[in-house]
Amino acid sequence: MSEYIISLAGLTKKYGALTAVDRLDLSIRKGEVFGLLGPNGAGKSTTILMMLGLTEPTSGSVQVCGIDATMHPVEVKRKAGYLPDEVGFYEHRSGLENLLYTARLNRIPVQEATERAYLLLKRVGLYEVAHKKTRTYSRGMRQRLGLADVLIKNPEVIILDEPTLGIDPRGVREFLDLIVQLSREEKITVLLSSHHLHQVQQVCDRVGIFVGGRLLAEGDIPTLSEKLFAGEPYIIEAGVQPLPDTARLQTVLQDIEGIRSIQFSEGLFRIGCQRDLTSAIAGAIVRSGLALTHLQRKTYGLDDIYNRYFEGGPVYEQTA
Amino acid sequence: MIFITATLKEDLSMNRLLNIVALLKAPPAATGRAPHPFRAIVDKEVSDHLRSWRFNILLVLILLTCFGSLYISVTNIGKAVKPDDPDGAFFFLKLFTASDGTLPPFHVLIGFLGPLLGISLGFDAINSEQNGGTLSRIMAQPIHRDYLINGKFVASLIVISVLFFALGFLVMGLGLIIIGVPPTAGEFLRIIFFILLNILYVAFWLNLSILFSVLLRQAATSALAGIAVWLFFTIFYQIIIKLVAKALMPSEMASGQAVLHYQELILNLFRIVPSQLFSDATTTLLMPSVRSLGPLTMEQVYGAIPSPLPLGQSLLIVWPQLTGLIASTVVCFALSYFSFMKREIRPR
Repeated sequence: MSEYIISLAGLTKKYGALTAVDRLDLSIRKGEVFGLLGPNGAGKSTTILMMLGLTEPTSGSVQVCGIDATMHPVEVKRKAGYLPDEVGFYEHRSGLENLLYTARLNRIPVQEATERAYLLLKRVGLYEVAHKKTRTYSRGMRQRLGLADVLIKNPEVIILDEPTLGIDPRGVREFLDLIVQLSREEKITVLLSSHHLHQVQQVCDRVGIFVGGRLLAEGDIPTLSEKLFAGEPYIIEAGVQPLPDTARLQTVLQDIEGIRSIQFSEGLFRIGCQRDLTSAIAGAIVRSGLALTHLQRKTYGLDDIYNRYFEGGPVYEQTA
Repeated sequence: MIFITATLKEDLSMNRLLNIVALLKAPPAATGRAPHPFRAIVDKEVSDHLRSWRFNILLVLILLTCFGSLYISVTNIGKAVKPDDPDGAFFFLKLFTASDGTLPPFHVLIGFLGPLLGISLGFDAINSEQNGGTLSRIMAQPIHRDYLINGKFVASLIVISVLFFALGFLVMGLGLIIIGVPPTAGEFLRIIFFILLNILYVAFWLNLSILFSVLLRQAATSALAGIAVWLFFTIFYQIIIKLVAKALMPSEMASGQAVLHYQELILNLFRIVPSQLFSDATTTLLMPSVRSLGPLTMEQVYGAIPSPLPLGQSLLIVWPQLTGLIASTVVCFALSYFSFMKREIRPR
């Protein structure tokens, strides 16, 4: 089991009648970037708190770096860095002072800590403002300082809870790039929780989809979409003029074998198929006398996975 | 630090970059040289207090009262010593107690300002960390959870102790220069105990306000709660007890025993209040002639010579008061410790 740096088994957390995390099993390998994806209130933060021993699970076990986080939280926290979603710093202290304080709490000798702090500040692009009070920092700067703060103790695992919340798109990109870069260079395992699909898709090796306290699926993104959309791995979007109703289009396409669903949204028909039927569909539409204005074969992204799970209900619902 | 800044400002060559990568990869060095994290917390908290406006304003306030009362006591010290005064031998202690009524003496002023100091040092101990988002960050460091609350308490206690010892010695030193009479060993010890008592008293209010800071989310609410308790005890509680006393007043025909019981009951009701405990204890310590804090029967007083008590006896008289103060301090601390340890640390 040594290749797994984080392993959760049957992890459950109840707040009275509410079950925040429900029998969660999850294993994360060393060096990978894992995305924990779920809507707000899915229990992501609670899971993370349990990993750090900041709250006790109702049942089940958490192992981080082979250490039981509930029994030995201090040892876990020595090896794991945690960046909360809204990280706070001592506002009347400079960025550097804040980092040095964290270093002291980790018992890093002053000289080494100072050197590391400067390096990290440089790395996250805050070198110029190292001596400015943190209350003058912007949201993005705080978040980057937070990353430096997590890294100063030289962790094996970093756990980031919604790290990109409230940063502008460019900032998000830079921030995520920085995380990936650090993870690759220093072989740090990263657990990233988010409800931003694209960001997770951009950086994560593997993704776990977490809804209502349960892990619905996990795997890399191609595997996930295969698993989730087993019946209809292809979606073909077609724009047709003049707009027929779904039933009419269905009669047009009824001869083609392999079409599973047809639904209409935002001016386009989305046709779910078992095989790649792009050309057959195009032919059928054109032959029926309708004008084909748009035709695109889509592969699944996290968006679709997300919709599928969070907005609930099968795609077939709207099929006429 | 300046040296490092200077070197880092130099252009980073490839070699340097490699060094940096090597350094980043290196695990933190052996923990031998770095101080214990608890030290780090205490250091930071002490320096936070000293840098804060809040503490400095209170410091100025306390210094002003201190000098004010010193001035009053020095100008009145001549009148304060009467020929038949049993405390006459304790001339130096008069520095802390003498007054002409325009400004209360030192120990009363401290009794008044001490709670304010305690409350102001503790009311945002935990909730400001929570609201600032620093609590979850600090708790994610490899420290035990109680380090934070203990560290904050110890840091405030250090600040208070240093402040009171400095003040006490300052008053002593200035008094020495002005009146030119050195304190006896007994007087000196009494003053030391008086200072320790002050620290204990402020520590009680400190713990109470730390408790509020754990229980209440908003710093303003917690400060207000602390001040409310303080005001209640200093003003309203007295009124309530006086009302109760009137209601319970035994008739004129009542036996001496009943009157005594009544007196003791009322006194004990007053003594629920920490400020009463404090003022009882300080009075006894600073006025060696005080023999009892409760009513004395004629039999007890009969034949007694109005003479000062030795320090040990004075301490014995205030022992219940001291125990009460220590107990309430410990209770407050235990409650805040318990509720902090049970609490789930969520980010903001």
